[in-house]
Amino acid sequence: MEQLINWLANILENTSWWGLPADVSAAVIVWSVYGFILALVVAPMAMIVLTWLERKIIARIQDRIGPNRAGPFGLLQAVADAIKMLTKEDTTPAGADRVPFNIGPGLAAVAAILIYAVIPVAPGIVGTDLNIGIFYIVAVGSFGVLGILMAGWSSNNKYALLGAFRAVSQLVSYEIPMVLSLITIAVVAGSMSTVTIVDKQSWVNGGWYLIAMPVTFLLFFLSSVAEVGRSPFDLLEADSEIVAGFHVEYSGLKFGLFMIAEYVHALAVAALTATLFLGGWHGPFVTQLTASSPVAGAILGHIYFLLKVGVIVFILMWFRGTLPRFRIDQLLDFGWKFMTPVALLNLLVTAFVVKLFQPGVSTGMGYAISAGPLASFGGVGQTIALLIANLLVAFLVSLAVRAFARRSKAQALRAVAAVEN
Amino acid sequence: MQNPYIFVGILVLAALLLPVVGLGVAWFLRPHKPNPFKQSTYECGIEPIGDAWVQFKVSYYIYALVFVVFDVESVFLFPWAVAYNFLPLYALLEVIIFVAILFFALVYAWRKDALKWI
Repeated sequence: MEQLINWLANILENTSWWGLPADVSAAVIVWSVYGFILALVVAPMAMIVLTWLERKIIARIQDRIGPNRAGPFGLLQAVADAIKMLTKEDTTPAGADRVPFNIGPGLAAVAAILIYAVIPVAPGIVGTDLNIGIFYIVAVGSFGVLGILMAGWSSNNKYALLGAFRAVSQLVSYEIPMVLSLITIAVVAGSMSTVTIVDKQSWVNGGWYLIAMPVTFLLFFLSSVAEVGRSPFDLLEADSEIVAGFHVEYSGLKFGLFMIAEYVHALAVAALTATLFLGGWHGPFVTQLTASSPVAGAILGHIYFLLKVGVIVFILMWFRGTLPRFRIDQLLDFGWKFMTPVALLNLLVTAFVVKLFQPGVSTGMGYAISAGPLASFGGVGQTIALLIANLLVAFLVSLAVRAFARRSKAQALRAVAAVEN
Repeated sequence: MQNPYIFVGILVLAALLLPVVGLGVAWFLRPHKPNPFKQSTYECGIEPIGDAWVQFKVSYYIYALVFVVFDVESVFLFPWAVAYNFLPLYALLEVIIFVAILFFALVYAWRKDALKWI
């Protein structure tokens, strides 16, 4: 972004007919261009490409061919669907609460798009480097829930209302482990800025957080999948139980906006996972190339980033193709009785390990922090120690789950025996 | 450097354009022929019985209450996490105590069957 701004500022200074004070407006112009591309090109493209991809992948998983009539490999199928959505009649159910009914889909789509503001896609290219980046993501991401609740409540339909309630209870349950795993990352990176987090994942600083913190990765990834409401956590739009839940009464483009929101949000989760755990744009030669030629480095960074996002997106679709849906009590139990305690334990263990590798700093507030006992091992040592600590946490958790499962099984057997006698 | 939140504002405007322009275009393209059957809400194909805004399970409220506890906790933990490298060791001990208290709150809610889906 910085390089782009400088480059554009140069152009603006040299072409006086713009008539704008270059230092003030260049950043705003670049931001505007980037923002409008993001919202009006990337978001619909994400929906079009991902729906096609999802249909194809799930068709292959289920031993079908998938869409293959419209265009080569059915590539134009999603375009045809988009045109159909534009030209379909837009019905509003009688007795619906019109204002939230109409605002809901737009709000969901806007919230999903806003997440991209802080995702660094290549060295130096990020919408804006907020110092509270991951906090912003949590805040904006849960805005989408509001759109879903509005839609479900205002439809005057029992299925839609059930879907909205399910959505809210599910999303509040999985927000906690997600936020706790984000705090774990903030402890390790020492910052909430996504750009800093990506920088800290260079090999010099200790490598990808996926290697250092696999448990945190699993917590974050599973709870994000639940946040987006995708399979196996797709209770809020379970077609076989509540006939598509909160958007059952929507048709035409408003339904399309919910689809856009879902796929854009899913892509945002994939991009976020790649940013926070897979090193973002980091890959072989990116840093060296950026030093010599920023543009080439940015292109290479884009390629690595998109590859990582593609892998995560494929995993999301793989989930959808192979996993059955949770029951709602299982879903809430999994969130509250498993993910939340594990996330709390994981946070404390990670914080302890990070303290061991603490570099000595003077805080400038009248006291200095002495270096931790293992500080001389640096970032790579910290990665190895965190990996060991994470595996330990995973082992302890598996022991606890096994004990719990045995106890509840024994209880169930006793209950059956009591009935039989 | 400019205020980084300018971009968030620009993106909000750009993102708002997507539904506004989309629905605007659709307004010109789509037919509009409402009739009572089309506008009745879907309920397995039969006539809808009663209002949809009915009483619902209290469990949703209880989950929301437990959520508020942990959400506030996470808000307190964020600044601690960012300042962690500039805090002495007792900051870790304090947070262990803080999290332990809230963990006991979770255990309490669990024992009281507040986390049970009935």
